[in-house]
Amino acid sequence: MGRLTEAAAAGGGASAARSAGPPPAPLPLSSTSPGCTATMASSEEDGANGGASEAGEEREAPGKRRRLGLLATVWLTFYNIAMTAGWLVLAIAMVRFYMEKGTHKGLYKSIQKTLKFFQTFALLEIVHCLIGIVPTSVIVAGVQVSSRIFMVWLITHSIKPIQNEESVVLFLVAWTVTEITRYSFYTFSLLDHLPYFIKWARYNFFIILYPVGVAGELLTIYAALPYVKKTGMFSIRLPNKYNVSFDYYYFLLITMASYIPLFPQLYFHMLRQRRKVLHGEVIVEKDD
Amino acid sequence: MKHYEVEILDAKTREKLCFLDKVEPHATIAEIKNLFTKTQGKSLKDEDVLQKLPVGTTATLYFRDLGAQISWVTVFLTEYAGPLFIYLLFYFRVPFIYGHKYDFTSSRHTVVHLACICHSFHYIKRLLETLFVHRFSHGTMPLRNIFKNCTYYWGFAAWMAYYINHPLYTPPTYGAQQVKLALAIFVICQLGNFSIHMALRDLRPAGSKTRKIPYPTKNPFTWLFLLVSCPNYTYEVGSWIGFAIMTQCLPVALFSLVGFTQMTIWAKGKHRSYLKEFRDYPPLRMPIIPFLL
Repeated sequence: MGRLTEAAAAGGGASAARSAGPPPAPLPLSSTSPGCTATMASSEEDGANGGASEAGEEREAPGKRRRLGLLATVWLTFYNIAMTAGWLVLAIAMVRFYMEKGTHKGLYKSIQKTLKFFQTFALLEIVHCLIGIVPTSVIVAGVQVSSRIFMVWLITHSIKPIQNEESVVLFLVAWTVTEITRYSFYTFSLLDHLPYFIKWARYNFFIILYPVGVAGELLTIYAALPYVKKTGMFSIRLPNKYNVSFDYYYFLLITMASYIPLFPQLYFHMLRQRRKVLHGEVIVEKDD
Repeated sequence: MKHYEVEILDAKTREKLCFLDKVEPHATIAEIKNLFTKTQGKSLKDEDVLQKLPVGTTATLYFRDLGAQISWVTVFLTEYAGPLFIYLLFYFRVPFIYGHKYDFTSSRHTVVHLACICHSFHYIKRLLETLFVHRFSHGTMPLRNIFKNCTYYWGFAAWMAYYINHPLYTPPTYGAQQVKLALAIFVICQLGNFSIHMALRDLRPAGSKTRKIPYPTKNPFTWLFLLVSCPNYTYEVGSWIGFAIMTQCLPVALFSLVGFTQMTIWAKGKHRSYLKEFRDYPPLRMPIIPFLL
């Protein structure tokens, strides 16, 4: 069943110009599509978190700059520079540790404070979306940041025995490279001088980094399962005053299972964005 | 008075965007802009008359496929029948839910039986209202909604029912006092909610889709219209808060919170469209919570 929309009349049968389909989208729209909810900690966000100035990230007409106040621009530039620097520091610390010690054991412990600081600071990105200085939807940003916070605080911080697993290094490397690329992309976009190689990196690195990061995260959660079951951590049993129960072990199993529908959606979304941005393809999204 | 014919072209492509053939000579550009934006992609209603549309002598209408649809009544009946049935499965402790030694046993707490009556009453009321009371503006909604809605209602019903009917259920801390108070809140809000539904029904004659400002009637429960646009939602939240206090069950509180969030979004939308449609809309009214929200 359809709904008739009005169109302009044309005396004499000249074509009324407006088509009733989705507005023409010659350049990529920022990704707030429903398929973009993700718990992928290693995922890149699509809406320019730092405030996009290039048409590629815009939801408005191509070429139109997002109107940001001076304060917002200054703040976002500072924020993105700070985050780029933070993750660079993290990367260097990791490399130095490995060069000095020759092993990954103890690596997490040595960088954990810096990791927790910068990853937690990223909660601000949700606020950026809430107050509208960044075009991403709050839900998308919320899910992305939450999944990182989950991994850092509810897995690696809380379950000490798994801190020396190789899988931890795997996702740490993926996250570090991703974040350095992403934040420098936003920084340069805000400063209006985006070198092509950064854009290239942002839309190509994920092809490897996503699966690597997801693998690291899943393996880490899997390694944590026996400890969670044994200690019964973060769990509530019946009977209790509020008639509720929670089993962290099953919660982790469900979380792992949720990667199955969510990761491909995100991955293919990024692939579509890549085709639009790097190859200028016009892809009309399905109309809801 | 001679009318003008105004043709609006796209500045870049020179495509004809709009043709207005009855423009008053003293119309301002602002008014012409208005006429123009009105002809851009606004959804028409079934009741609109061709002659009355701001088009010229040749009207071009665009058809937009909304995708697979399902009737509102079907969705409501399905999404409400589920919780009614599912809760009872837990109440009667049907096998495979709790340990086998509890199969078909009955709780020794009065409040558990009371909760079952309240929950069942609530959904029976909803089913009957769907069949006999509500007058829907739209006939259908997108098909995917039935999956989304049923997951929500059925999922939460199962989750709540599991704890309330659990052999290890803990009755409310303040005992009978707490239960009595909560029951009173629940009953009052159920009556209130029903009163609002009846008042809204009476606003609209059978088979019509007219929209009018709702006002308080002789029924005291409808006096909440003085303070909120959507008192049906206010009473609904109240009912669930009552149920949460009665059962002292955190999942019920969470269900109330999620429902409240959704209803607030709906109430704000309804409030906004009332304000847009009626110039004389009572200014004291808030969408869902008096004076606050």
